[in-house]
Amino acid sequence: MSLTLLNVIVAVFIAIAFAALNAAYLVWAERRGAARIQRRPGPNINGPFGLFQPPLDGVKLMAKQLLIPGDVDKILFMVAPVLAMAPAITSFVTIPFSSHIVGHNMHIGILLVFAFASMGGMALLLAGWSSRNKYSVMSSVRAVSQAIAYEIPMLITAITIVMITGTTDLMGIVKAQTGGFWHWNIFPFKAGLFNPLMLMSFLIFFICSLAETNRAPFDLGEAESELVAGFHTEYGSMGFGLFFMGEYANIVIGASLTTILFLGGWDCPFGLFPGVWWFLLKIYLLIATFIWIRWTFPRTTIYGLLNLSWKILIPASLFNLLLTAGLLKVF
Amino acid sequence: MNPTLLTSQGPSLFSADGLAGLIFLIMVAVMLLGGLMACTSERLVRSVAGLVVCFVGVAGIFYYLNSPFIAVMEMLIYVGAVSITISFAIMLAAPEQSKKIGPSGPLAGPLGFLTAGLAFGGLAVLGCRTVWPVQAKINSGSMETIGVRLLNEYSMVFELVSLVLLVAILGALILARSGRNH
Repeated sequence: MSLTLLNVIVAVFIAIAFAALNAAYLVWAERRGAARIQRRPGPNINGPFGLFQPPLDGVKLMAKQLLIPGDVDKILFMVAPVLAMAPAITSFVTIPFSSHIVGHNMHIGILLVFAFASMGGMALLLAGWSSRNKYSVMSSVRAVSQAIAYEIPMLITAITIVMITGTTDLMGIVKAQTGGFWHWNIFPFKAGLFNPLMLMSFLIFFICSLAETNRAPFDLGEAESELVAGFHTEYGSMGFGLFFMGEYANIVIGASLTTILFLGGWDCPFGLFPGVWWFLLKIYLLIATFIWIRWTFPRTTIYGLLNLSWKILIPASLFNLLLTAGLLKVF
Repeated sequence: MNPTLLTSQGPSLFSADGLAGLIFLIMVAVMLLGGLMACTSERLVRSVAGLVVCFVGVAGIFYYLNSPFIAVMEMLIYVGAVSITISFAIMLAAPEQSKKIGPSGPLAGPLGFLTAGLAFGGLAVLGCRTVWPVQAKINSGSMETIGVRLLNEYSMVFELVSLVLLVAILGALILARSGRNH
């Protein structure tokens, strides 16, 4: 008991550190990537390649006065950013980085991650409502309706994977994919299951994780021209910082889940030296794709966004679920 | 609830049982706090926030009772979906400026306290008088057993629940359609 309790506490500390470090340096990567794609320098003054920019930004955010506008609902206004950050950190505790590096492996790990991810919507809604700003409310309603719409195909795709691997344990899912890249769930050559739609499933999951984290081209919740900024219009200093850190932590979680479910987790593509480095390589490749997509695609409209989910992704993922069930029964 | 928690011969706070009991009490406190927030706040959105806190407490109790699957489902469905739907409904339906609603109805005021007291007293007496036998563990409570039971022994209940959902969806569709014609 005491050992497992200590494990969990240490894991929570590491998760917080990992999430914060990732949030800080992903902002840097995002700004550098955006600058490179748009042919401008980006942050390059502080330190080599501008690497000192994130800690300086952090100091700036923390040193700023925490302004609370007069009319807001104070309690909910202060709770919302914490609620945006805390579930994201909690999810890290159960994500296996390698066969040894995991905070607390649970046999329902995948459900736990989704449960905590779904709490993020509540945070956005409370932030928008408590701000007493109609633009914030509109933005949070947009963001949450989008999150709900894309949670459904994401969960259906996850159920498909659970059916194939026969477990909800994140480690078990990875272990079912060991032994070379042709065993990964993304490829349709799995022995006993020739499902040609797995690649499509991967695409659905990837699009959903883009939309779940409110990333461009699905960043309808943030629109400077229509909504001033977004649900965080009234937030300054570290309140705003927490929302940002929550967003980037969610991106890391989305990439980790995609890696675990489809890309074999910490497994090496050629069966050599499986370990945490493969996992990190895969998630950072996915995150680089996230950044690349954000700065190359124009944003959609809210109707196009919701139609994509309800009319294309959900039927497609349901069809794949049925096909997988049938194939599992036949073979 | 473990009766030894309340006696002086209970386990020490820093043993495994003591910590578990402490977590149980914290979860109960969270649940009660959420319930109070949901009932007493004047703003409806705050009530929903209270409801969320209460659901988190309930999920904690389920986790304490060694069924993490139900706990996670409580979070996923009630915190993640039901509460958000409720707050959408509030935002769409009611203007958020709530008026102070005075006492009304025959059950408000002293009579209300009397009713609440009677209900509380009755439940408390029932709870204290009943002998609570400690059930042997029925099954592992894991996802597999729940799934197998739901689709074998309790398939009728399962299907009936889905029928209720179907009726609810049809009702919502009819309401939305009739609203569109006017």
